[in-house]
Amino acid sequence: MAYHSFLLEPISCHAWNKDRTQIALCPNNHEVHIYRKDGAKWSKVHELKEHNGQVTGIDWAPESNRLVTCGTDRNAYVWTLKGNAWKPTLVILRINRAARCVKWSPRENKFAVGSGSRLISICYFEQENDWWVCKHIKKPIRSTVLSLDWHPNNVLLAAGSCDFKCRIFSAYIKEVEERPSPTPWGSKMPFGELMFESSSSCGWVHSICFSASGTRVAWVSHDSTLCLADASKRMAVTSLCTETLPLLAVTFITENSLVAAGHDCCPMLFTYEESQGVLTFGGKLDVPKQSSQRGLTARERFQNLDKKASSDTANATLDTLHKNSISQISVLAGGKANCSQFCTTGMDGGMSIWDVKSLESALKDLKIK
Amino acid sequence: MARSTLSSRFRRLDIDQYDENRFVEEPEEAAAAEPDAGPEVEALLRQGDALRAFHTAIRSSPANMKSQAMKEQAQGTMLKVLTSFKSSEIEQAVNSLDRNGVDLLMKYIYKGFEKPTENSSAILLQWHEKALAVGGLGSIVRVLTARKTV
Repeated sequence: MAYHSFLLEPISCHAWNKDRTQIALCPNNHEVHIYRKDGAKWSKVHELKEHNGQVTGIDWAPESNRLVTCGTDRNAYVWTLKGNAWKPTLVILRINRAARCVKWSPRENKFAVGSGSRLISICYFEQENDWWVCKHIKKPIRSTVLSLDWHPNNVLLAAGSCDFKCRIFSAYIKEVEERPSPTPWGSKMPFGELMFESSSSCGWVHSICFSASGTRVAWVSHDSTLCLADASKRMAVTSLCTETLPLLAVTFITENSLVAAGHDCCPMLFTYEESQGVLTFGGKLDVPKQSSQRGLTARERFQNLDKKASSDTANATLDTLHKNSISQISVLAGGKANCSQFCTTGMDGGMSIWDVKSLESALKDLKIK
Repeated sequence: MARSTLSSRFRRLDIDQYDENRFVEEPEEAAAAEPDAGPEVEALLRQGDALRAFHTAIRSSPANMKSQAMKEQAQGTMLKVLTSFKSSEIEQAVNSLDRNGVDLLMKYIYKGFEKPTENSSAILLQWHEKALAVGGLGSIVRVLTARKTV
């Protein structure tokens, strides 16, 4: 596990480039900083200053090497690298509240922005006018859209929002692509069509993720639950009430295993048993360092008893790698089908890279299917 | 100009109700009137079978109860059951519940905290400790985020 502390402030969002040598992140202000790996150190190479509000979402298109950023100033910018500088292009999203999340589609010909205006803006480039144009998906979203993920067919989009539901929409834009072929989620996919809607859970949906094949979608919500919908089982939803604090980010690492992290500051493994349609908790993935156990003197013991009414100091310090909530997980190597490395960033300003193989060998009971 | 800026009459108007896109709760189907399990539970308590009384009270609390009176009745029954347990028996009772039962028990415990009577808080704290050991912090988060209260 490699941990690097970038800042003392939370990292609002991050994105990696294609060969994972550069990371773009927002240091909790209006800018985007790009760092490049120099051996063992990270050095800042670019500062992107265009937004007037906090940058809430960054996505880096691996093939076309373009960045898209969105912020609380209700704007999105598409950045292209010209020479040694990143040049922004404004995208008018036509929203009247902050933008919250942004994702390039798999073929990188469009991107989706979720916002507090209770709608999703699907933006594509119009060649004749040399301008980014957007279309809105409004119904039946009732509150802020917090998270988005694209299906591998470039058309279906999963959205998790604050109205306690997870939905899958069709974001088919006829100007940039051909008709999609039928999927397990449905065959008719006109723009804005609602393909799937989960029943109400009791928490805001913080993060949502399609599996690599696109037949499964998983989401985590604020009532400490993790849910999964399987299109091959007629969109049956199975949920797991966890014993931890709410999770904020989730991703698939194989078709059957998920890694999620949140306010408990450490990533956790979950497994989906397809035959029974059941989600189970697989274990915490943080290997705490074996700190030397200092014996408590009698005086310290009495002080603890006086201050905290207990002489047990087990929960005094956080022994996880991240010292504050983890807000985002991204897959670095292997894709969502066979992930071998993933990265977490959090509110402690740190970024940590986790290696799946060494986790498997370090934690004996871990089974990643 | 000073007069209009000082006037705060507009503050009495709830402008969100005029927003055409406002969030309205989905209409819940009203659950059929559940037979009140109160007398049955009390009979079991008098016989001294606290564990069965506990399970009956947990089973008979539908989440869709609409009327406040019925909810208060169920809370009162539940509180009677919880206070009639001996400290040593609490752990066994908690272990006999499934995940949903533990969440429901946690909801009742916090509801009981809201209206403390003479001895209720002490015994409720013991229940809380044992329920936390089984349900973890997640069960408390689900009490806080629950839209259908007990």
